[in-house]
Amino acid sequence: MTVTGAPVWAVVPAAGVLLAMALAAAVLDALLGTTGTGGGGGTAAAARGRRWSRPLAESARLMRQRGRTTVAPDRLLWRIGTAGPLVAALLMAAVVPVGGTVVADLPVGIVWFNAVDVTLWAVVWLAGWGPNSVYPLVGGYRFVAQALGYELPLMFALTAPAVAARSLNVGEVVQAQRGLWFAVWMPVAFVVFLGAVAAFGMWGPFSSPVGRDAAGGVLAEAAGVDRLLLLAGRYALPAAGSGMAVALFLGGGAGPWLPGWLWSLIKTLAVLALLVVLRRRLPVLSPERIVRIGWLVALPAVLLQVLVVSAVVVAKG
Amino acid sequence: MQTALFCVPAVVAVASGAAVFTVDSMARATYALALSFVAAGTSLLLLDLAYLGVVTILMMVMEMAIMAVFMVMFMMNPAGLMPMSMLHNKRGAAVISGGVFLALGAVALLVPWPERRGTTPADPTRAAGEAIMGSKMLVMTGVGAVLFTTIVSALVLAVSRGRYGDDEGAQDGHREGRGPHGGHGGGQDAHAGHTDHAGHGTHAASSPQEDAA
Repeated sequence: MTVTGAPVWAVVPAAGVLLAMALAAAVLDALLGTTGTGGGGGTAAAARGRRWSRPLAESARLMRQRGRTTVAPDRLLWRIGTAGPLVAALLMAAVVPVGGTVVADLPVGIVWFNAVDVTLWAVVWLAGWGPNSVYPLVGGYRFVAQALGYELPLMFALTAPAVAARSLNVGEVVQAQRGLWFAVWMPVAFVVFLGAVAAFGMWGPFSSPVGRDAAGGVLAEAAGVDRLLLLAGRYALPAAGSGMAVALFLGGGAGPWLPGWLWSLIKTLAVLALLVVLRRRLPVLSPERIVRIGWLVALPAVLLQVLVVSAVVVAKG
Repeated sequence: MQTALFCVPAVVAVASGAAVFTVDSMARATYALALSFVAAGTSLLLLDLAYLGVVTILMMVMEMAIMAVFMVMFMMNPAGLMPMSMLHNKRGAAVISGGVFLALGAVALLVPWPERRGTTPADPTRAAGEAIMGSKMLVMTGVGAVLFTTIVSALVLAVSRGRYGDDEGAQDGHREGRGPHGGHGGGQDAHAGHTDHAGHGTHAASSPQEDAA
């Protein structure tokens, strides 16, 4: 299916869809969780029944909560770091096609996605630096260290579909998968991409920047709306990454019977649900271990994947 | 419209470039420089060089994120709590930079700029690449791959011992005394300038290392 750019007002519904996806991820996460059902008393069954509404209740609570400040914070940088993850997720979502429409039909959409995910290096570190407090700082440095581990594998995982489609435009990559989804014949790139999405969203095994062992890391000093923004960004990033995974590897809006946009959303939710479920099944990895896995396992594997893809493209002529 | 679109990133680039030398914290200086580069990359987009513009932003933000870590580690005043100046050799620097500015400005204004011959190519990025590389394109592509492989293998060889020495799973007590200990350095330096409470935490964290030494 061809993908065309949308009018400017499409920014608003697109942002709404991304936030709804983030909320869906948070609800699923709360349903799978075993702790933190909050007060209210009642039986265990009643507490389980309340879980689905926990993200919304928590959002309402954070909106009413007072913000926190620390001794001599760098307010400007802290603000930038707090808003950064959610803004980055929105900028990523701008190049993700939903069915046959995309907010920004950039000729270099894949590079755009990559550039935005690199800005996370800066904003997460700033979110750690800003409060002038030990644990957030530890979290910020952990993120930069793990970013060194996942970024290069992510870049080459993005390269594989671009080489196969001979284009950096996400819409053309979707179009190039008419016969066969890229996830089928470049599985290594697909898996590495999903891992990198989890990593830049500080998710599951890659959650040491917000780890409990560092009192919440980057989140340690954030309260009130600041915390809400950071948490929303943390759920929105895997949502935007899942959308990109669908476009690059799972055929975008291709599918029988249903309209394209619905297929895009269903597939994105499925990938997102996979990320949320896996999050609880894997242990947290320390950044130096992530660098080791990233450079010694993922990078060679994905480079071989790109080699295979390039050879196939050359052979097909 | 074009002029306005050019002016905004140009002003942002120059202003944040100047901010690098006026702010009093390494973090702010580094990210002011990053903003300056982002604005420069944005103005490349006006030349229809979408790829080059976005890649410039990508590379520079990544580079500055790394540089911030090293600046805080090695330079003065990590946290912005002490007086600090980014200016050194003020008179010489003023003469040199003023001279360079005047020379470049004079060139820009005085040179007879050529008229455009032909039309805009369909893909300006490809045209720019071919104009620069020409027949050396294949060689340069190969050199790129070789350089990248060299970097990866050099890193693999250099860090093969890891942060904690040969035994990755060593006990906590061993760890602190062995290995280059690079990862902690930034953190501790950064904490040194922090509040009293943070200072205490730093001291406690570094004591096992002293014990081991």
